[in-house]
Amino acid sequence: MGRKLLLENVDVPGIEQIDTYIKHGGYRSLSKAFKMTPDEIVEEVKISGLRGRGGAGFGTGMKWSFLDKSSDKPRYLLCNADESEPGTFKDRLLMEKLPHLLIEGMIVGSFALGCKTSYIYIRGEYMFVLRILQKAINEAYAKGYLGKNIMGSGYDLDLYVHPGAGAYICGEETALIESLEGKRGNPRIKPPFPAISGLWACPTIVNNVESLAAIVPIINDGGAEYAKIGIGKSTGTKLISASGNINKPGVYEIEMGVPVEEFIYSDEYCGGMKNGKELKACVPGGSSVPILPKELLFTTKEGNQRLMTYESLAEGSFASGSMLGSGGFIVYDEEQCIVRNTWNFTRFYHHESCGQCSPCREGTGWMERVLHNIENGHGHQDDIDLLWDIQRRIEGNTICPLGDAAAWPVAAAIRHFRHEFEYHVKYPHKVFDADHVYQPELVGS
Amino acid sequence: MSAFPNIKISPASQTEINQYLGQYPADKIKSAVLPVLHIVQHDNGGWLSTEAMDYVADMLKIQPVEVYEVATFYSMFHTEPVGKILIEVCHTGPCMICGAEKLMKHIENKLDIKVGGTSSDGMFTLKGVECLGACGYAPMFQIGEEYYENLTNEKVDEILDLLKSEKLSQKA
Repeated sequence: MGRKLLLENVDVPGIEQIDTYIKHGGYRSLSKAFKMTPDEIVEEVKISGLRGRGGAGFGTGMKWSFLDKSSDKPRYLLCNADESEPGTFKDRLLMEKLPHLLIEGMIVGSFALGCKTSYIYIRGEYMFVLRILQKAINEAYAKGYLGKNIMGSGYDLDLYVHPGAGAYICGEETALIESLEGKRGNPRIKPPFPAISGLWACPTIVNNVESLAAIVPIINDGGAEYAKIGIGKSTGTKLISASGNINKPGVYEIEMGVPVEEFIYSDEYCGGMKNGKELKACVPGGSSVPILPKELLFTTKEGNQRLMTYESLAEGSFASGSMLGSGGFIVYDEEQCIVRNTWNFTRFYHHESCGQCSPCREGTGWMERVLHNIENGHGHQDDIDLLWDIQRRIEGNTICPLGDAAAWPVAAAIRHFRHEFEYHVKYPHKVFDADHVYQPELVGS
Repeated sequence: MSAFPNIKISPASQTEINQYLGQYPADKIKSAVLPVLHIVQHDNGGWLSTEAMDYVADMLKIQPVEVYEVATFYSMFHTEPVGKILIEVCHTGPCMICGAEKLMKHIENKLDIKVGGTSSDGMFTLKGVECLGACGYAPMFQIGEEYYENLTNEKVDEILDLLKSEKLSQKA
């Protein structure tokens, strides 16, 4: 069994209540943190090697060190709880069961960054989770962990929750800031980065739920202890959301470095393929990352065992690798249609495109229509090259990474499963089964 | 006489609105537009009329267009009427490969409506929505604030029948 730094007490009855949480060691990082200087805390997080758990994997301590401390404007720490990447549902579990772990991490983080006010931006669909958080925040105020002069330290902090309203794009940090300001979620052009000019043009840090929760064990046990877990630059533990055609879907905390094969087949994790079917492919890090066929999943093209780390999942780059991303691990069995899945993901990105940049706004819709045609028996041989061409023109040509996120799944599906696209074009009557499924409408139709 | 005669806000909702208004700097209360729209939509039949949006603009001292542009951007806001029970079935990748499309078909048949439509008695609206963060518990749908997960056709029948009878008895 791997060590559990975040989910150790997830099954304790009543752990979402503050007294139970404290009984199990909760909030003890605060007294330690208040004895440190803010810079010492940032340094500890740097030593831990913690990388942003939302998907980008950027060093959390490094991000914190970019905060503009020269200005006399207020500073803000924002928790990104807009979890919307298809395949990802780990932050929801953390907030539902361990709301105080997030609050504790945010108090330490806010203290380290010198914030007097912090917000949790949570996706609107998670309104039932927002209410759990609100209750936990009220408890923390009552215990004196939030508000004025926390634990006699002289430090004041107010923490608020703020619901979104259904927009994947608001998980992008500058879109999240726009949304929190009461506007449409249109990402901003960077620079300036939020650390210099973010919420209401003030220095702002945006961190994922899991990253902020991980601050607690890092302060309790020290950054060096945290960094002992894992391999190379993938330190600590990671929450993996496992879904698809497996026996035991759910959220698993793994020590970085578990072999992918073990993760899928071990009873400790996914428990193998459902109904004894064969494994076909896997999207290991949320819908945006390249799909990997079985042949490249357990062993890299270079012949190394594939591990659950940032580096190993990316080995071979996009030609034969993928990414750890948000840890949204989607498993496909032999009966799943890659063309239909690609159409589905592309419809998602078209629906979620904010519409600011033409390559993304027009390109995602174009790909959706081409894929719809192929999947429904109206495809042409040229369509496959057309798709390749469109995705290539979106990638890298947009303000925010949604364009890339829409392009990569299409590129990878064609790269590894071109034969399936060709089969659809050649034998439309064999793949077109109008009877068995409902036909989702094209976005905007 | 109020300028917004048809807008209703319950006392509990008013308390919630006041809480939100207090959590941003005094000159930044435009930030409250999303939370306030959620509450106003909830208390006024599950959708946002122009009057409802104007009411929010007036409350936050912003231009009506600043509310319209937000209300039409976010998928949880409805600017057209919806049924009393809005069923939002997740149909994104992980749910799709675990049976969301067959489930959707079943609901279409059961309610005799197509996805996007509202039943003739105005009771149900059926929507396909993008990833709700329940991929491990697929297939699933959301009704109001509630998530219903690991659904089967039988469970769906039970849930929808129960909700319908609850709505009807509320009326009576």
